Amino acid sequence: MNGFAKSHLGWLLLAAALLAVPVFVKSGRWIEFIELTLFVAVLGQGWNILGGYGGQYSFGHALFFGTGAYIQALLQFKYGVSPWIAMWFAVSGGVLVGLFVGYLSFRYGLRGSYFALITLAFAEAFHVVARSFISITEGGRGVQLALNRDPDQAIALFQFTFADPFLKSYGYYYVILALLMIAYGATWWMERSRFGAQLVALRENEDAAEALGINTFRTKMAAICMSAAITSSSGIYYVQKFLFVDPAIAYGPTKSVEALFAPIIGGLGTVLGPLVGSVFIHGLSEVTREAIDAVWGARPGVDLILFGIILVLVLGFAPKGLVGLAEAAWRRVARGGKAQR
Amino acid sequence: MILEVRSMSKTFGGLKAVSRASLSVGEGEIVSLIGPNGAGKTTLFAMISGFLKADEGSVAFAGVNVTGWRPHKVCRLGLVRTFQVVQPFPNLSVAQNIAVGAHTRLRSRAGALEKAGEVAHAVGMGDRLDMPAGSLTVAGRKRLELARALATEPRLLLLDEVMAGLNATEIDEIIGVIRDIRQSGVTILLIEHVMRAVMNLSDRTYVINNGVMIAEGTPNEVTQKPEVIEAYLGHGASERLEAMGAGGGHA
Amino acid sequence: MDILGLQIPLYSWETVLGSAISGVFLGSIYALVALGLTLIYGVLHIINFAHGALLMLAMYAVFFVWHFWGIDPYAAMLIVVPGAFAFGYALQRYVIGKTSHGRDEIILLVTLGIAIVIENAALFFFSADERSVQVPYDLDGIDLGVTFAVYPELFALGGSLAVTLGLWLFMTRTDTGRAIRGVAKERQGARLVGINVDHVFAITFGLGTALVAVAASLLAPTYTVHPQTGYLFVLIAFTVVVLGGMGSFVGALAGGFIIGITEQLGRLYLGESLGLITISAIFIMILLFRPTGLFGHKT
Ligand SMILES: Nc1ncnc2c1ncn2[C@@H]1O[C@H](COP(=O)(O)OP(=O)(O)OP(=O)(O)O)[C@@H](O)[C@H]1O
Ligand SMILES: [Mg+2]
Repeated sequence: MNGFAKSHLGWLLLAAALLAVPVFVKSGRWIEFIELTLFVAVLGQGWNILGGYGGQYSFGHALFFGTGAYIQALLQFKYGVSPWIAMWFAVSGGVLVGLFVGYLSFRYGLRGSYFALITLAFAEAFHVVARSFISITEGGRGVQLALNRDPDQAIALFQFTFADPFLKSYGYYYVILALLMIAYGATWWMERSRFGAQLVALRENEDAAEALGINTFRTKMAAICMSAAITSSSGIYYVQKFLFVDPAIAYGPTKSVEALFAPIIGGLGTVLGPLVGSVFIHGLSEVTREAIDAVWGARPGVDLILFGIILVLVLGFAPKGLVGLAEAAWRRVARGGKAQR
Repeated sequence: MILEVRSMSKTFGGLKAVSRASLSVGEGEIVSLIGPNGAGKTTLFAMISGFLKADEGSVAFAGVNVTGWRPHKVCRLGLVRTFQVVQPFPNLSVAQNIAVGAHTRLRSRAGALEKAGEVAHAVGMGDRLDMPAGSLTVAGRKRLELARALATEPRLLLLDEVMAGLNATEIDEIIGVIRDIRQSGVTILLIEHVMRAVMNLSDRTYVINNGVMIAEGTPNEVTQKPEVIEAYLGHGASERLEAMGAGGGHA
Repeated sequence: MDILGLQIPLYSWETVLGSAISGVFLGSIYALVALGLTLIYGVLHIINFAHGALLMLAMYAVFFVWHFWGIDPYAAMLIVVPGAFAFGYALQRYVIGKTSHGRDEIILLVTLGIAIVIENAALFFFSADERSVQVPYDLDGIDLGVTFAVYPELFALGGSLAVTLGLWLFMTRTDTGRAIRGVAKERQGARLVGINVDHVFAITFGLGTALVAVAASLLAPTYTVHPQTGYLFVLIAFTVVVLGGMGSFVGALAGGFIIGITEQLGRLYLGESLGLITISAIFIMILLFRPTGLFGHKT
């Protein structure tokens, strides 16, 4: 093994395990479950770049998801653009929205809860626009893409419902996995770069960062662009998978809330936090749903009640989330081991 | 002159915190700025380093007019300040804190961390590299403030009361550190209430009171001046001291 | 006129005036909801994201009090308002105060968490059905010429004026009110002279929640309630509070009217859907260009 492989063994094993999921998981329902978990993990990593590393808490990350999804859908629906080309526009569009919102907010020095509020307001404004400009966005009824039934076109049209058996079962899984690996690779790189160090510094203390030569405005702009790129990329997967988007899905509060749940519960400002959080949330959601179904019959709401409570508890008592708790436990075990010797 | 401050003013509400203050610092000097509490020292530093917009006046640093520049640009040109109320990055380790400063000149993470280690040793924090900055003592935080600024490789260092809250031994250590920094070619302008340090370190001293520069000279000269004594001890103080036959020099 | 496929119609002044007047009535509802929010902000300096959810909860309370015991929604205040006060007090004292570490963005997230819990608890227990209180007088009213005002609207308008006045008197004339203002101005100082700051904070939060219950009673005859009702109000209430200046009662009242009128005119000219963009637009503009609001002063 060379030096790189040795020092990054854990990461390589994780990547290998994710790539090999189809070897172990055959049930369609489980693949769907894992896909959804990874989707939220990507959505949340976008939030984590800006919120976890940069300390700028957005309440409107649906802005980026929704813009990515709408561009991906509309370019195909209205102009017959290939999905493989549309996706670059989807991400660029998300980044442009990030530049726009970021420029206004950061130029006028909005911080803390004011930044949260303005992102919320922008998401709401985009929601209204998507609903109202019917000639451009199809309005409230949403954009429905045609289902491709030709197996030979599966790759070209980026639709795997009628593809060969392997693609049909695992095609979308590899799509979201690819997005996840790019997003997490980029975050991993960022954490070890000057940009990452400067972003964390301004989160910790903006005045000190500025005094030490950090252009805090530019650093925040770079962070919101990276954040927007990652979150909007999750919109590509969403549209190709469900072939549908409407204003409420795109810009409603649900995606904004999902995007912040995963990293906060998993561990703010850590590479794996959003993934850990997403696994936890979806696992718990699955378990409670089964339990509730058994006791009361199907009823909505219980999983979100639990998440809300967990969010409050994590904020209050475990500010570094599950990753932080695990690290603390690990350190205690390691110290215990040493003490015995 | 590496720093030329010309006739700067700042008003907060109705209060003239600094009015038409000028000072200059020559390459390689240690200059101190003293004055009673609320005299406007920190405000002047904030204007020089770009944190506060001055109502009037100008700052030239290394021959460049930097009036109105953002702090990060001023820092990159080689002028860095520390904060009187220390501003650590609390959740980062000492090494990571200092590396943030080092990144101003170094792109690579490894390089910045290595440099952080060197600077930490130079200011006597080499044994605390992995400690979270939030858990340092007051003396430790003051040192960290100094180390981070130093890691940006400044030509001019503005130190705002880095000795406040330290005990006698700690003050002696810091005085040694500041001497070493000057030795390495960095010019220093410092605000200090600890007179022992002012007398010991400074080549020249400026005295500010109620926002106005009232004296300039060697530390011994300025502490003899009646207007300086009055500024510190109140109106009529210098006559009283004279009447009592005290020299008044060593406050 | 035709902009981007949107028809911008031209109306007679009667239609516009009628719309503006109904905006005043709508605005009085917004003001009522915003008063509690601005009180909490003014004292605790926290933005309470759960405000809308608390309103929704209070509306359900009013509904059930009417539904099971047949008590008129205005009379229901006597039961719901004290209950809301106690609930708000406990929420601040035992949940928000204990978990937020005094950082404003954490408080916002904590109150978001609370909002999610309340909303989904409502969904779980009350289902997503819309409920509404039926009163015998909800269609009677006064003909104003250009528009017709029903009694519940008039009561809401009167209520918003009365509550603003009452709140102002309470804060300036009573010992509790003065203590609250003292804590708002000088937290540390208040602590030093032995005031139990946590208690005063919780009382303020309780009062803010009680105001929400007053609003819930006043709007029960004209609004239906379902678990998402709160979210619809929360952004509007933020806008009103930010516009009026955070912490200002008169500002909340004026802000409510401005937003109500703007929304109605927006709907008239831009349509039911796009008309709502006026609210987000005002919110964004104020945050960017005048974060102290119209009646707030710089801190
Ligand atoms: N941001 C501000 N807003 C309003 N007034 C201010 C502000 N900053 C400083 N002041 C006032 O300006 C005056 C000068 O303050 P400054 O901090 O510059 O004094 P100083 O000489 O550094 O005092 P010290 O020795 O206590 O640090 C003081 O009266 C202070 O209260
Ligand atoms: Mg000072």
